[in-house]
Amino acid sequence: MPIKKLASALAAVLLVALPLVSSANEGSYPPAGNDVRNIASLQRGARNYMNYCSGCHSAKFVRYNRLAADLNIPEAELKKNLMFTSDKVADTIKTAMTAEDAKKWFGNLPPDFSLIARSRGTDYIYAFLHGFYRDPSRPTGVNNTVLKGTAMPHVLADLQGVQTAVFKAEGAEKGEFEKFELTQKGTLTPEQYDEFVRDTVNFLQYIGEPIEAKRKDLGVWVTLFLLMFTGFAYLLNKEYWKDVH
Amino acid sequence: MGTESYGTSQAKGLWGWINARLPLDKMLKEHVTEYYAPKNFNYWYLFGSLSLVVLVIQLVTGIFLTMNYKPAAAEAFASVEYIMRDVEWGWLIRYLHSTGASAFFIVVYLHMFRALMYGSYRSPRELLWIFGMLIYLCLMAEAFMGYLLPWGNMSYWGAQVIVSLFGTIPVIGDSLSEWIKGDYYISDITLNRFFALHVIAIPLILVFLVVAHILALHEVGSNNPDGIEIKKNKGPDGHPVDGIPFHPYMTVKDIFGLGMFLLVFCGIVFFAPTFGGMFLEAPNFDQANPMQTPPHIAPVWYFTPFYAMLRAVPSFAGTQVWGVIVMFGAIALLFFLPWLDRSPVKSIRYKGAITKVALALFVVSFVVLAYCGMKPPSPVLLLASRVFTAVYFAFFLLMPWYSKIDSTKPVPERVTYHAH
Repeated sequence: MPIKKLASALAAVLLVALPLVSSANEGSYPPAGNDVRNIASLQRGARNYMNYCSGCHSAKFVRYNRLAADLNIPEAELKKNLMFTSDKVADTIKTAMTAEDAKKWFGNLPPDFSLIARSRGTDYIYAFLHGFYRDPSRPTGVNNTVLKGTAMPHVLADLQGVQTAVFKAEGAEKGEFEKFELTQKGTLTPEQYDEFVRDTVNFLQYIGEPIEAKRKDLGVWVTLFLLMFTGFAYLLNKEYWKDVH
Repeated sequence: MGTESYGTSQAKGLWGWINARLPLDKMLKEHVTEYYAPKNFNYWYLFGSLSLVVLVIQLVTGIFLTMNYKPAAAEAFASVEYIMRDVEWGWLIRYLHSTGASAFFIVVYLHMFRALMYGSYRSPRELLWIFGMLIYLCLMAEAFMGYLLPWGNMSYWGAQVIVSLFGTIPVIGDSLSEWIKGDYYISDITLNRFFALHVIAIPLILVFLVVAHILALHEVGSNNPDGIEIKKNKGPDGHPVDGIPFHPYMTVKDIFGLGMFLLVFCGIVFFAPTFGGMFLEAPNFDQANPMQTPPHIAPVWYFTPFYAMLRAVPSFAGTQVWGVIVMFGAIALLFFLPWLDRSPVKSIRYKGAITKVALALFVVSFVVLAYCGMKPPSPVLLLASRVFTAVYFAFFLLMPWYSKIDSTKPVPERVTYHAH
């Protein structure tokens, strides 16, 4: 039947087109491999964030008490170890730095991190935090393979150590990034640093959409209900249409 | 109490009292229980009722979003995040609304495609088709203005690009785009007026048009996959022999269709609300920034076929207005469809090979253009956009010719129906 052919042609075109469209939006970074359901990882990520990021990067839509509730952190622990800019648990996460200082020190305001995982993607941040290398020509002494000329200093250098970027010396891809070489050891091993970054990225994904895990859990029940509903609707439809000849 | 009866209803009690004063019973019969629809409706006929369902989803979720949203440039972005994080079930309401916008276009495009296949726009349904097209226009305006409200960076720059299209019109262009914005650039003032239009003006017109669309449909009766008039063949009871009451037969079918639709719709809402960046784009999680454009500005997928046409047309005689004319022309042509089709038969089932190929090419051109419009410009995509813009226009402009010379198959007297 021509209609079926048309419909299947349409479906085929859509099936071909959709992956092309969606793949282009994801960028070409290796997967961060984080899991937003891993509460222990999120707790470590919260610790990392509060100690290494929140000095400059606010998370102005994220409330401390929501965080504590979602990540199973007792309030006393939250106040003692994670809250540095406020003592009210219903407050959102702000930085200790004023906007004027930030402009003076870094040239621009470090971005708020509430939604950074949603606007840039977790893979991007994961690659970015792995991408710092020594570059004496920069005011911060470092550059980044993911974001060239970033104003951000390598605040995790103590942990990671210092790496040098090796660029291709010959061939068609001359000058392109090839690999990193760790020239100065940090306090963490490369594996530990990788986990550190993964936990931090995981936390950023969580604050990007705190409801994500619950949304998916609920979605399973909604789908089960709708399957049942649609099954009964199908049977009811069949029953009624028996009369039509 | 008086015993004289008013109206035509014989009912007693409260129902009778009301019906003596308001023709509820009569309307229910006319539009639901005794509206005779062709029994050979297939699943393509679900998308009308599904459009209505999505309209209701958008209206209801829209009301609840409005309760917490702040239409001000300084607060809008934060208020959306407030809805996502602090408002009870706010995330669900927002995702239902944002997914609903895309779902609306999906069901409406499929609804329109069904009309294209079965000739539902042909006499006596021209006005019905025109009301439908006006609904489509309103929907585009509604979606465009609603897209500015989250005040994300893509909202901002998308609106900037679309409004600047009006600026290409010679002589009045600049004043016109200034008049639309209410400012020299997209600002708090623009956001305020888009909010007013999005939550009051256009929904009102939309609801009015939907009522007109349904009234016009029920006046002329539904078309069907065979494209024949069931009213021409009435039984002794005065009802079409191939017709069945809308309720319960079509309502029960629509409920099944609703279940199928909700499975897909809720699947997206709960498991992939951004739909890979197609329904909620990544740059829109950054607040609007007049100083920095997103890496690549593109409208949401439902506008991209027309956006591709806009980019496909080169500037000429010192103005870019030609692309704008082509883009709006592509939509305007749809209004004339009832008079472009000269085939003696309505349904694709009884039309010849030329029409079938033409319709298939039209679908391909729409999908390819949608794809081209999403991507950053490139020479290959530009060529594809130009070729398929030509195909899109040829489908309409050559229709009076090919629909007339194309062969047809004999149309049956009664609808094709095999009992379940």
